[in-house]
Amino acid sequence: MASQGIITVAYLVAGVLFIRSLGGLSKQETAGGGNLSGMLGMGLAVIVTLVRWLSDDSGALAVPGASGLGLLGGAIVVGATVGSVLAQRVEMTGMPELVAILHSFVGLAAVLVGVSSYLSPHAHSTDDAERIVHLVELWVGVAVGAITFTGSVIAWGKLRGSISGRPLLLPARHALNAVVALSIVGLCVPFLSAPSVAEAGSFGPGMIYLLVMTALAALLGVHLVMAIGGADMPVVVSLLNSYSGWAAASAGFVLSNDLLIVTGALVGASGTILSIIMCRAMNRSIWNVVFGGFGTEGGTPATATAGAPAGEVLELSVAEVAAKLKEARSVIIVPGYGMAVARAQGAVNDLAKKLKKLNVEVRFAIHPVAGRLPGHMNVLLAEAGVPYDTVHEMDEINKDFPRTDVVLVIGANDIVNPGALDDKTSPIYGMPVLEVWKARLVVVLKRGKGAGYAGIENPLFFHEETRMLYGDAKKSMDALAAAM
Amino acid sequence: MSTWRCLIRIAAPKETHEGERRIALSPEGAKKLRDKGFEIWIERGAGEAAHYADALYEEAGAKLVSREEAFGAEVVLKVRPPSEAEARLLAERALLVSHLYPDRNPTLVPILVERRVTSLALERVPRVTRAQKMDVLSSMGNLLGYRAVIEASTAFQGFFGAQVTAAGSSRPARVLVIGAGVAGLAAIGAARGLGAEVRAFDTRAAAREQVESLGASFLEVDLKEAGEGQGGYAKVMSKEFIEAEMKLFREQAAEVDVIITTALVPGTKAPVLVPKDVVACLKPGSVIVDLAAEQGGNCELTQPGKAIVHEGVTILGYTDLPSRMAGTSSRLFSMNLVHLVNELCGGPQNDATRFSIDLDNDVVRPALVTHEGAELPPAPKKEPSPQAPAKTETQAEAQKPATKSEPPRADASTTGRSRPPPPLDAKPAQQNVTAPPTTPWTTTLVGTLIVAGLFVLGRFAPADFLQHFTVFILACFVGWQVIWSVTPALHTPLMSVTNAISGIIVIGGMLQISGALDLASGLGAAAVLFAAINVAGGFFVTQRMLRMFRRQ
Repeated sequence: MASQGIITVAYLVAGVLFIRSLGGLSKQETAGGGNLSGMLGMGLAVIVTLVRWLSDDSGALAVPGASGLGLLGGAIVVGATVGSVLAQRVEMTGMPELVAILHSFVGLAAVLVGVSSYLSPHAHSTDDAERIVHLVELWVGVAVGAITFTGSVIAWGKLRGSISGRPLLLPARHALNAVVALSIVGLCVPFLSAPSVAEAGSFGPGMIYLLVMTALAALLGVHLVMAIGGADMPVVVSLLNSYSGWAAASAGFVLSNDLLIVTGALVGASGTILSIIMCRAMNRSIWNVVFGGFGTEGGTPATATAGAPAGEVLELSVAEVAAKLKEARSVIIVPGYGMAVARAQGAVNDLAKKLKKLNVEVRFAIHPVAGRLPGHMNVLLAEAGVPYDTVHEMDEINKDFPRTDVVLVIGANDIVNPGALDDKTSPIYGMPVLEVWKARLVVVLKRGKGAGYAGIENPLFFHEETRMLYGDAKKSMDALAAAM
Repeated sequence: MSTWRCLIRIAAPKETHEGERRIALSPEGAKKLRDKGFEIWIERGAGEAAHYADALYEEAGAKLVSREEAFGAEVVLKVRPPSEAEARLLAERALLVSHLYPDRNPTLVPILVERRVTSLALERVPRVTRAQKMDVLSSMGNLLGYRAVIEASTAFQGFFGAQVTAAGSSRPARVLVIGAGVAGLAAIGAARGLGAEVRAFDTRAAAREQVESLGASFLEVDLKEAGEGQGGYAKVMSKEFIEAEMKLFREQAAEVDVIITTALVPGTKAPVLVPKDVVACLKPGSVIVDLAAEQGGNCELTQPGKAIVHEGVTILGYTDLPSRMAGTSSRLFSMNLVHLVNELCGGPQNDATRFSIDLDNDVVRPALVTHEGAELPPAPKKEPSPQAPAKTETQAEAQKPATKSEPPRADASTTGRSRPPPPLDAKPAQQNVTAPPTTPWTTTLVGTLIVAGLFVLGRFAPADFLQHFTVFILACFVGWQVIWSVTPALHTPLMSVTNAISGIIVIGGMLQISGALDLASGLGAAAVLFAAINVAGGFFVTQRMLRMFRRQ
């Protein structure tokens, strides 16, 4: 019924559907269709695998056993239910956490598949070269899976706030990483020469080596992500996204399954590209993000504030800001993580709608690293009902600031810091930023008088054309909308 | 550095130059300066011609005074250079802020020196970025360019924009703007706004981008010579160049309906760019607006202050264009002066008590003509050509500080270079802003090492592995190509979709479950469970998100 040929073709079709699914995301109009092809591809892959599972080698229907079927069916039903509930319940401000925890599941599944595959007797070939290649694949797959798993769990904790966002910087952390990484590689040698499970039983020396290595890799994942600060989370999440892909691909190697390899490679490439985009947006290398620890080499954030900009910070009241907005012809709103924290996106959309009724042109400017996830601000604005064709990327809109009457900066700080362009001593020097200070008036909505996540003073606040509006972003936005 | 200790009065007297309707300080500006702690004196009736009634000034907190009182204030703001009689009214050690043109008013400076007046010539405020908000030449140039088009359209007996009527259609008017400085660019913008077809000429290559960004075409002569001079002004061009330029103007004159010339050189006579023979090429009914009329005119036939008709061609030599928009021009002028006073206070955050003349200030010092009873030598020049650096914005017209100047022909005997014309679009250094290329040899080295590694792998690895490896590498490349086209706005849905499809590891788990309830099956089932969460969660949350994205 399901010959190897049929299965291969079905996997090929599923692979093509996955590629189409990612390609569909290039535009908002085709994105929904893309997601559907993804579902179709997944459905096809699962059904074909199921049919294969229910068949014997000749292709005839042969259920391997009721207990196995129950196990499988139960796992799928429970997993799918939990997943659906999570997807329905999650708030859009909580997307980063959901994405992070889903990465960890892929990592965990990769570890489980790897270990399970080591236990399966048919996995052990008699040919020596093949056996070594297989075991190395398994080793790599489990290692990548374990790093992804614990790394993502830590990232999840940091994003939820249950783990502090401050980077944990152990004294000899680079040496520690190196030692753990080398042990992971080194342990592979005795693992390769250990007797197989068939000879030594489930918990022979080979299994011990594998589990010790898994623990080390898990430790490495924890330590790597603990050392990264809250503001670098978009990069970390992208990086873990790519790891989850590589983990799936290595599971594919272990199981000699091309569909897993293709899909893993697609996801791995996707995560890598996102990481590159995020790093470019911060003018830093991946190396610097992962191993640098923000602003810790040379000048700490505390010394960076020493050269505080001169001038005074001027405030405006809600009524004054409302008057300025009414007079304006063009307004650009720059949302930052603060908008997500205050859950102000709905209020922001109300204000935008009211301004539009007064014939004010309202647009949104999004910095690539605003928020805690690539594209996070876009999703929040979409949730609030902001039309996506009024939401612009940094490169599109930067040239328009000089012709803009009012810019509202909502809970953003480092991404609008002029010091990034002209202050060579600034830790974020060289990072491309939204050049809001070129507008005629900049109103910065800010909760309090603290510095940004990077802990850097922002000369924007002292700028001649800048006014501050202190207070909770949501309350301020509601008040502004009411004043229209 | 000298400081006024007592209360400082800033006064704006009525302008007496014929046809001048502006006033140096608007009621709005008066209020701003008063709020800083200055006392404001306005000569009675000084704002009337600009429709600023005395009552408005009183409302702004200014005091209405007589002519003599106004000139006796500590600081006097004026538009036109004072007459000799007016200069004698100035108090000793007062500060006069005005256009001065000392070269054209040689008798004025000795009087100012004698009265120990500090005089600040507005036309000498340096054209650096920081001083742009104080630059009256820019703000007035902008206004001039606009008004020139309006005057031209009144004198021109046709439509500016293309018209289609039941009786037939008419083509848009063709406008030639000579000189693409602030006034020229404003004229281009205004003429384009009325629907005219606009072409512009400028000797500086940097002007091309600005001209084209406004929708006009940029004319060039058949000879290449860079026209950038110091401080954003054009330099004197070679004789060959000027001949080629005249040839171009003659050709253009046969085609266009309106010529607007904007070649003003502060302090000297304007260059003649439209001699009689070019005027003769124009069709009857055409219009020339000469914005340099006050300095002799760019057109040979211009009569300053008048509109004349020469063989059917109307030549407008109005010298009072800013006064024809007196209210608006006064307001802009006044804003420039308020910024200048702020500068003299050491910044907008300081009040009147910090008011002083700082000889080290790089904006103030070059503009000073007399100070403490002496005529100051010109400040050492250090301003760079503002057009030279590559500008990436296309809409740079608002930031362009220079009024345009054409070659003064009097001194056109410089090097007679007649190089063969190089390719016409020898672009200025503008496209050098690409990312630094990665050093090619490292890339090659890494590539070679990778290929070598692959061959070693191929030698020893089993065939089965190599086949999977091929699939893997090709899939990486496909992914790489596909993902770059994803719009940044959808990066979060991208992550959740990749979350979902990386749940494909579910089939790995399925394959590990055998009939028996052993450890391997249990681990496999656990993998299936987690992967299934991913699949369902990822796809559904993506679906939810994508439904939120909608158009306007």
